Amino acid sequence: MEVLGLFDASLANSLLRFATPILLAALGGLLCERAGVLNIGLEGLMLAGAFSAVLGSYLWGSSLAGVAFAVAGAVLVAATFALFAVTLRGNEIVVGIAINLLASGLTVYLLRSLFGVKGAFQDPAIRGLPTIRLPWIDGLPLVGPLLSGHTPLIYLALLATAATQLILFRHVVGLRLRGVGEHAEAATTLGVSVARYRYGALLASGALCGLAGAQLSLGNVTLFVENMSAGRGWIAVVAVMFGRAHPIGVLAACLLFGLTESLGFRLQGLQMPSQLTDALPYLVTLASLFLFRAQARRGG
Amino acid sequence: MSRRAGLSVELSAPLLAVGAALLLGAAFIAATGHDPLAAYGALVNGALGGRSGVWATLTRATPIVGMGLATAVAFRAGFFNLGGEGQLVLGGLASALVALALPGGGALTILLAIATAMVAGGLWAASAAWSQDRFGVPLLLSTLLMNYPARLLASYLVNHRLRDVESGLPQTERIAPAVRLGELGVGSRLHVGALIILVAVIAAAFVIRRTRVGYRIRMTGLNARFARAGGVDVPRLGLGVMFGSGALAGLVGAIQVLGVHHRFIDGSLTQPLWAWTGLMVALLSGSRPLGVLAAGVFFAAVQTGGFAMERATAVPRELSRVLQALIILLVAAQESFRSLLRWRPRAGRSA
Repeated sequence: MEVLGLFDASLANSLLRFATPILLAALGGLLCERAGVLNIGLEGLMLAGAFSAVLGSYLWGSSLAGVAFAVAGAVLVAATFALFAVTLRGNEIVVGIAINLLASGLTVYLLRSLFGVKGAFQDPAIRGLPTIRLPWIDGLPLVGPLLSGHTPLIYLALLATAATQLILFRHVVGLRLRGVGEHAEAATTLGVSVARYRYGALLASGALCGLAGAQLSLGNVTLFVENMSAGRGWIAVVAVMFGRAHPIGVLAACLLFGLTESLGFRLQGLQMPSQLTDALPYLVTLASLFLFRAQARRGG
Repeated sequence: MSRRAGLSVELSAPLLAVGAALLLGAAFIAATGHDPLAAYGALVNGALGGRSGVWATLTRATPIVGMGLATAVAFRAGFFNLGGEGQLVLGGLASALVALALPGGGALTILLAIATAMVAGGLWAASAAWSQDRFGVPLLLSTLLMNYPARLLASYLVNHRLRDVESGLPQTERIAPAVRLGELGVGSRLHVGALIILVAVIAAAFVIRRTRVGYRIRMTGLNARFARAGGVDVPRLGLGVMFGSGALAGLVGAIQVLGVHHRFIDGSLTQPLWAWTGLMVALLSGSRPLGVLAAGVFFAAVQTGGFAMERATAVPRELSRVLQALIILLVAAQESFRSLLRWRPRAGRSA
């Protein structure tokens, strides 16, 4: 009885807000996975995006500039990933770890040297993302709060999911991308540049993670906090696996993880200790790894 | 196979990475409006100038080398343990609980606290290895994700159940002086824990180089399929190696709690990023115990120097985190460096 009471309008409203950053990052991870690159740097890319978003929005006083900065910042970090993992042939896992640590160190360093603050940066000059009220749907019970009143990035994430599905399975670019991932030598024989497609996938994942970061720092809240990605990039890596690198599957996984996060958020409102509710998304993500029996993959 | 010639190539790659990272860092310092030479000068001076700098570096090196060793033991066998943070926290928490429960036990309590910490960290890590073997859960992801529940559990306990109400802070009560690790009396806070870690490094180097288990670890790390064909029970080895790795992390937690903080303080083991610095140290060292010692002291020096640099030049000390990450990024590409180095013909070297 108590449990059902949790599924109310505010839970419905927070579901997509929590699921979107994970979904955007996971779509990026999916593209890399399909191109045959294990991208565990999603966490760092997302963090770089969240910081750049606040920086852009603060400097230009517009959330659109924030989003543009977020994409540019995360793409720059993703290009570094590509340089070291693709061109210089570094181990993807080591490069990914280094990228995560670089992003976390850089954002903290810049937070101090640009804004002179530690821990968090909040300023009235930072413009958050606007929300959109969908006509007709907005007034509906439960469905209204679920689908309406979100930032443009949330709708963009759903569009990006559909676009990924189409490009991957209905377009020649997707076909070649999958070819590069499944059999690089064969792709090369057919004249497809493996390096170019891997760069493309990594840069696209940078752009998507930049959007994810912008949703975190300009959508869900309007500030930057050290390490505010808080493991969501890793949850996105799991979502790619759990969704079997399929856009629809990944969407479902992200909705599940987003639901867990919003449930945790709700329970905190009911006087549950925050440490226990905060653990919920990680525990569910771990549990999903048990449900999904991974095939033997290339390892480190 | 000439070991010496191999060693010079082995060493030149990380050194090249460090050099290149320092250059990139200098460009970065200049780009954010500071003087790189002054910053690096203050950094070196702070880390190595005078006795206090050296002792501070060694005090800082203790948990870094310890966590580096914990990670390296697993890496060497090809197991990516990203869960050092959680194992460290659980070890620290366990040691504090034992020390608080048995304040009168003296040295016996210390031993028991350390043993409990090692078992706690070891079991947490080994459960990830078991899940990989039994359910195919990738170690890379499970170890990382398990950091969060471990941290949050410890945080919950010291915020609610075990809180020292008088202090008003999220921490346990102070442990009795008789069950603390003593300081070495050289000034600064260098304590017995540093010696324990030193012994652990030497022991690990011996085990990896000279024993049958060490041979299996090295062989599995180089090529797991080959090792399996050669009769190594890889899942069992993984279970043991991950237990050892987690136990070392737990040991570091106990050492910090019994030797430095004298209580478990929420965030005190995670905020200094011991586990992540240790992981970078393991990567820089190529997972060799003696290399971990050298790389760990080096990273500790960079961090200690960072504090001095911040005081002297207004360059934030977080620069050291950027430098460390750049070094690892460049190390990741060291195969390319190596082939560059090998490309030059060398006299008197046979392949």
